[in-house]
Amino acid sequence: MTELSPLDAAGVDAAVAAALADISAADSLDALKEARLAHTGDKAALTLANRQIGQVAPEDKATAGKTMGAARGRLNTALATRQEELEAERDARVLVEETVDVTLPVNRHVVGARHPLEAMQERMCDTFVAMGWEVAEGPEMEAEWFNFDALNFDPDHPAREMQDTFFIDPPEAGLLLRTHTSPVQIRAALERRDGLVEDGRGIYVVCPGKTFRTDELDATHTPVFHQIEGLAVDKGLTMAHLKGTLDAFARSLFGPDAVTRLRPSFFPFTEPSAEMDLRCFVCGGDDSGCRTCSGTGWIEWGGCGMTHPNVLRAAGINPDEYTAFAFGMGIERTLMFRHGVKDMRDMVEGDIRFSQQFGMEI
Amino acid sequence: MPKVPLKWLEESVSLVDGHTAEDVAAALAKVGLEEEGIEGGGVSGPLVIGRVMTLVKEVASNGKTVNYCRVDVGEHNDPAGPGHKPDNKEEYPASKGIVCGAHNFHEGDYVVCILPGGVLPGNFAIGGRKTYGHWSDGMICSAKELALGEDHDGIIVLASPSGESEVTFPGLVSDEDLVPGASAISLLGLDEATLEINVTPDRGYSFSVRGVAREYSHATGQEFRDPADVPVTGTAGDGFAVVVEDQAPVRGTVGCDRFVARRLRGFDPTAASPAWMKRRLDQAGMRPISLAVDVTNYVMLELGQPLHAYDLGTLTEPIVVRRAHAGEKLTTLDDATRSLHTEDLLIADSLGGHGARAIGMAGVMGGAETEVSDVTTDILLEAAHFNPISIARTARRHKLGSEASRRFERGVDTRVQLAAVERALRLMQTHGGGEIEDVYTDVDTTVAPAAIAMDVAFPSLIVGVEYSPEEVVAALEEVGCAVVAIGDSPEEQIHRALHPLDYETFGGLLIGSSEGISADLVSRVLVTPPTWRPDLTEPVNLVEEVARLRGYDNLPSVLPVAPPGRGLTHGQRVRRSVARTLAESGLTEVLTYPFIAESRLDELGIPDVDPRRDVVRLANPLSAELPLMRTTMLASLVDAVKVNLGRGEQDIAVYELGRAYQAKNIGDVAIADHTDGRITPDEIRALNEALPGQERRVAGIMAGNRVRAGWNGHATAWSWEDSLAAVERVARAAGVEIVVTQGSRMPWHPGRGATYWLPTGEFVGHAGELHPKVCETLGLPARSVAFEVVLDPLIDAGEGTIVGAVPVSQQVVAKEDFAFVVSREVAAGDLVAAVREAGGDVVEDATVFDVYEGEQIGEGLKSVAVNVRLRAADHTLSGDEVLAVREAIIAAAAEQFEAQLR
Repeated sequence: MTELSPLDAAGVDAAVAAALADISAADSLDALKEARLAHTGDKAALTLANRQIGQVAPEDKATAGKTMGAARGRLNTALATRQEELEAERDARVLVEETVDVTLPVNRHVVGARHPLEAMQERMCDTFVAMGWEVAEGPEMEAEWFNFDALNFDPDHPAREMQDTFFIDPPEAGLLLRTHTSPVQIRAALERRDGLVEDGRGIYVVCPGKTFRTDELDATHTPVFHQIEGLAVDKGLTMAHLKGTLDAFARSLFGPDAVTRLRPSFFPFTEPSAEMDLRCFVCGGDDSGCRTCSGTGWIEWGGCGMTHPNVLRAAGINPDEYTAFAFGMGIERTLMFRHGVKDMRDMVEGDIRFSQQFGMEI
Repeated sequence: MPKVPLKWLEESVSLVDGHTAEDVAAALAKVGLEEEGIEGGGVSGPLVIGRVMTLVKEVASNGKTVNYCRVDVGEHNDPAGPGHKPDNKEEYPASKGIVCGAHNFHEGDYVVCILPGGVLPGNFAIGGRKTYGHWSDGMICSAKELALGEDHDGIIVLASPSGESEVTFPGLVSDEDLVPGASAISLLGLDEATLEINVTPDRGYSFSVRGVAREYSHATGQEFRDPADVPVTGTAGDGFAVVVEDQAPVRGTVGCDRFVARRLRGFDPTAASPAWMKRRLDQAGMRPISLAVDVTNYVMLELGQPLHAYDLGTLTEPIVVRRAHAGEKLTTLDDATRSLHTEDLLIADSLGGHGARAIGMAGVMGGAETEVSDVTTDILLEAAHFNPISIARTARRHKLGSEASRRFERGVDTRVQLAAVERALRLMQTHGGGEIEDVYTDVDTTVAPAAIAMDVAFPSLIVGVEYSPEEVVAALEEVGCAVVAIGDSPEEQIHRALHPLDYETFGGLLIGSSEGISADLVSRVLVTPPTWRPDLTEPVNLVEEVARLRGYDNLPSVLPVAPPGRGLTHGQRVRRSVARTLAESGLTEVLTYPFIAESRLDELGIPDVDPRRDVVRLANPLSAELPLMRTTMLASLVDAVKVNLGRGEQDIAVYELGRAYQAKNIGDVAIADHTDGRITPDEIRALNEALPGQERRVAGIMAGNRVRAGWNGHATAWSWEDSLAAVERVARAAGVEIVVTQGSRMPWHPGRGATYWLPTGEFVGHAGELHPKVCETLGLPARSVAFEVVLDPLIDAGEGTIVGAVPVSQQVVAKEDFAFVVSREVAAGDLVAAVREAGGDVVEDATVFDVYEGEQIGEGLKSVAVNVRLRAADHTLSGDEVLAVREAIIAAAAEQFEAQLR
């Protein structure tokens, strides 16, 4: 092969064309590297031709330099462009190659959960806290006085017999496992009495917690269960305020259309007393075969009423000056009908699968 | 709870036209009588009497034996012939073929058949169908299918001429009614629905048709006709002698304040009760027995007054109402011999001396010796009024709740006794003949109900509905109260104070009867409740009457505005954080019962002398095996682990926030009478001090894997470190610093347990691996780990703490590593503490990143590698400064732990 002369414009053009063809044909960075070596390396025709510029006649030097400069420029531009293209392709390919299967199980850590009764209790409390109420708590092992006497239970009331109430040994000590969270109402009222009487600060508390009755565990009973009760003491409170509070509570748990109704009933600690029903949130009362409300359109939710004057007196509050209302419902029962829990035992046995279906919030 | 046949109810109140049983139930619920169930009714179409002509037992392919019966149903019979397919092999006489699976009947029996076209309760339509290889034209019915109650098994047998079958409702159907093909609907009272209602303990009078009818009238405004409005014949006087000698009144009230006794002579003991009476008794859930007994029950159901019929011939005058003597025994009607308590009120007669022989437990159950029998011709009928509390105590003491005691303990009308006796004796006489003695005994020391003074505006103030004075008075009068207005002038108030009992009759002070009351004239009324409402004793009781009669449906819904709130307390927020952080670290929250067995503390290896042995014991545990309250959460939490293990779960991490209970000085805390006034602070303190300890705690048990094996890695088991880390999370949730020390106590592993403290030295809790023996004994997986923390001190320690923010330094950090060789015995925590101390303020963090033991280190030694981050707040540390700190750290480690730099 004869050497290419820098003055051989056609030859140089041909060499450049050959180089450009090789560059654009390079389909990988390695191939491009080869093409670069072949066309710009020490032994490449164009390199050698470039070197000869010094040997051409002086009057031709400018021409030769121009020819070779243009050739180098075209070559370098093509190389750089192709390099960029191939790097971009490579980068894209690497990303594709690095693709993982995101459907694989990723968290091998055992996942925990809250117990739905606790989560429900917190949710219920939050509704009242948002209305400015306080959450009051008290002991589970309680004095008979707080659990019964202060709540206007006659000493001969059947609930005081052993068949309903767990008494602590010896029974003469007058200690028991509280049968409802109502003793907390008394404690809360006693603690807040001075604020009420001296500063006119109305008492608005909810009392959630564990309660105990001597029922054997079955699908609908448990000896250890949870209640949430509410007590409001203020000047001028009426049953209409009780109804308003229950409606607000029902809406927070069952949506904006929730409706409650009251039916006359009897409790020692309230007068007038009422049972509180919730309009069936599943069928709205339109399905006689509804499983949630047994077709009655209403779900029994809890008891309520205007606090009996004797209860206020026990807390040192003058019933002629202040009125009060109270209400209470079972948290287990609420969970059962709100979430379709069929069997009480699922809530108490501690099977972690039960809690885990609810997760962290309810 | 009482069952009220609607036909019976209708005798005392007009039911709204076109009512259904559900409508009646809904009306009663509105005034406070909750529905428990509806029986009967709901049957239509051909429900007829059938006579079983032939009965062939066949074993079906499913192994069940069924009867193919040909039943004579009179006018409904198919004509004689081969019958329907597939029964066309034989010639049958005129009859219908019915397949029946019950076996309590025989050929010749009269039964009840529902034929095609009929509808059973529950809207269950009956048609003919092929079953068990036969064509069956309907069903032979059971009591259950007809909603006649759950008490009878098998199909209904109306009569069994052969005597082979037991008759379901003996005496209900007379022979002339037994006509095959005749409708059985009215015969069985199926055109009469029976409503079962729930009566709250304050409304004893609703335990009668009379009371329920009145309530229905309140609910609907329908007219009430009092069934106790019976003209009483005869004269009070020297009837059968009765004396009340209550030697020990219960809570100061004499046990019997009314005793009416009247004789009926020449009664026919063989006379049968009329069918209608038996049917109603049956509907009301009582078994018909004999005319005399049935009548007493019938009148009790109707008027609410329990009655007792004695065989007069067995009695010796006088009857003495007294308390039982010590050691006294009585054989009651149910043939049980009962040992009586000296507080039990008895009816005694004077056989063997004045009041010597007990003949009944007053208001609870009569005695066997003096009961009416099938030869009794002379009867003494008792209608009394007893102290509810005395009766309730006796009924409960002897676990003997009877129809009578249920009524007496809820309160019986003090004025209905004469009417009840009159009505009962007339019924006995009508159906069994005899002479009612003109003179009767009426021992009566009852006191008229006390009047209640009330402002007519009071109901509006409590209920929040504007009731006019007229409305209030009308509602109270509807209930049966007598309402009179009382003036409010100072003179009248003084008079009232001086003569509280008189002023009702002091004519000059009364402004007028209720008709004359108007709001501007008078605001206070004096309300005398009716004798059948002993529950009405104070103004709030009257408020409830007004509210429920005017309807709870009319209550407006008004949300009260509470004073600005302070949100959850610190403790409540901390407990939520604790619960959440544990759940987020892989533990699942459970709630276990706090009841534990005696043996559980042994299984946990708790020493004999240990505070956790100071258990609170239940006086009446649900199960004798679980009489104690847990003193450690772990005692019950292990049960949750075992439940999950038993269900095939292997990776179990559970936690519970709850209380553990601790016995302490249990004393008598009963306070006699709270209604006298406010409990004193001292009394409250005494009550609280007597309460057992009941600290809030959180505990967890972890077993199996914390990280499961998977495609991208190996499993990691829950380990002792995780249980310690859980305690650190809890403390962090509480925002409190805690200190760990080596070692723990049972049930933890002696070398793999930690104890936690507050910096003040107060105990916080334990964590670590459970003792291998405990795991083995309790069947827990080996190397299960656990923690238990007392929350109250943590919460208290963090209460009110406000974190003061330190500016975040922007200077460059210097990282220095140290590998100290120390004795194995040196606690890494102590070494790190020394490093921090020696490094001073510039130590941002110091962490152990490696621990190594091995030959290269030497016997009894270990290498602890610590990474220390140094940073000053205001400048970048120079090389010299870093070097100085490094040397100080090395020197301190050498000095305190003989540490060599490796």
